[in-house]
Amino acid sequence: MRVTVDSEQCVGAGQCVLNAPEVFDQDDDGVVVLLRAEPDERDHEAVRTAGDLCPSASVVLQED
Amino acid sequence: MTTSPGPTVVDFPRRTPREPLPLSQYAEHRKQNGLVQTHLPNGRPIWLVTRHEDVRAVLTHPRISANPDNEGFPNVGETMGVPKQEQIPGWFVGLDSPEHDRFRKVLIPEFTVRRVRELRPAIERTVDERIDAMLAGGNTADLVNDFALPVPSLVISALLGVPSADRDFFESRTRTLVAIRTSTDEERAEATRQLLRYINRLIVIKKKWRGEDLISRLLSTGKLSDEELSGVLLLLLIAGHETTANNIGLGVVTLLSHREWIGDDRLVEELLRLHSVADMVALRVAVDDVEIAGQTIRKGEGIVPLLASANHDTEAFGCPHAFNPERTERRHVAFGYGVHQCLGQNLVRVEMEIAYRKLFERIPELRLAVPEDQLAYKYDGILFGLHELPVRW
Repeated sequence: MRVTVDSEQCVGAGQCVLNAPEVFDQDDDGVVVLLRAEPDERDHEAVRTAGDLCPSASVVLQED
Repeated sequence: MTTSPGPTVVDFPRRTPREPLPLSQYAEHRKQNGLVQTHLPNGRPIWLVTRHEDVRAVLTHPRISANPDNEGFPNVGETMGVPKQEQIPGWFVGLDSPEHDRFRKVLIPEFTVRRVRELRPAIERTVDERIDAMLAGGNTADLVNDFALPVPSLVISALLGVPSADRDFFESRTRTLVAIRTSTDEERAEATRQLLRYINRLIVIKKKWRGEDLISRLLSTGKLSDEELSGVLLLLLIAGHETTANNIGLGVVTLLSHREWIGDDRLVEELLRLHSVADMVALRVAVDDVEIAGQTIRKGEGIVPLLASANHDTEAFGCPHAFNPERTERRHVAFGYGVHQCLGQNLVRVEMEIAYRKLFERIPELRLAVPEDQLAYKYDGILFGLHELPVRW
């Protein structure tokens, strides 16, 4: 699984950080920061949830 | 331009004391066409959007606007006697991208998951103080007026940096704003004016003496004019008050009959979905002809995406009317969706979690003081909630 984020589009709802804190964070401006572009297997489900819940479609997943 | 023919015409809103959140009607609409053409009590034609998938589509559509200045905007509040909300500077829920984004970006740092976590001790203190006051008052209380309404108001005061000495004033004025049954339009308008005056005075004070608070930090960014800042602050106050209070009150009622879940950290998300207090808050208007669910919505036609209906759509949630914190479907739209999704959502989550935990921890004998079927639900305002919640212990 590969993850990309669009920090321009991000509206800082924080859904990704809540659901997959190992993979996403928010910087001081509240904007999404990607911690791991290739998350561990055990985080995949959480990352899918984060991608689905992101209100601005700023989290994009590519499944292997 | 003629209005496109709608398959079903219903009255809207059709909330009643018996069904303050009209879930059975919504279920019918979802089963039939999903999209329902109807009209507001003032005769304006609007579209109700009832399916989860379509609600998300409406709320992310680039040619569907949240700006009430656009012709045809469905001002639901106006039809219920709420005076028309003039567009005030900084009222950015009524702006579209990119104008909207400038305000949102300035505010995001104040509501990050981390920042809200830092507020936990202050929220816990506020909640404890309100419980102390209830316990000191005897063995009965109105959980709405004695707890659910003051908590979010006091939390917002603390966040904004309202001095402790002024918090009672602040809290009493915010309470008048939401008391639609016991206050007049004029009293509510006057309370709004007083709050706005107070906010403006606070801005002047914070300019001289910066502190560790939201107003001081927003001033330091230099990105908002005083007028915009004052509008933004009023918006935060109004958006975060009754919504949170209604969630706390309704949540307590649900938890009283599901005590086995108390302490489970998944219950907040499920209560948000189940009660969907902001059902018809995300009003929109088409600014071009757009297509939703195979239906053309014409430019200038109002759209009401019903968040409670989306959150009770069987296509998105199994047994949607059941309270089931273990469910794995997480896609509720209780906070809306798209760029306007609730900015304060992480704050609300923490307030709800702390409120429920502390209440049941400190008052384990908590129970209703009236039969459940006699609870007074709000069906006459914009938001779904309880007018009062008599409890005893």
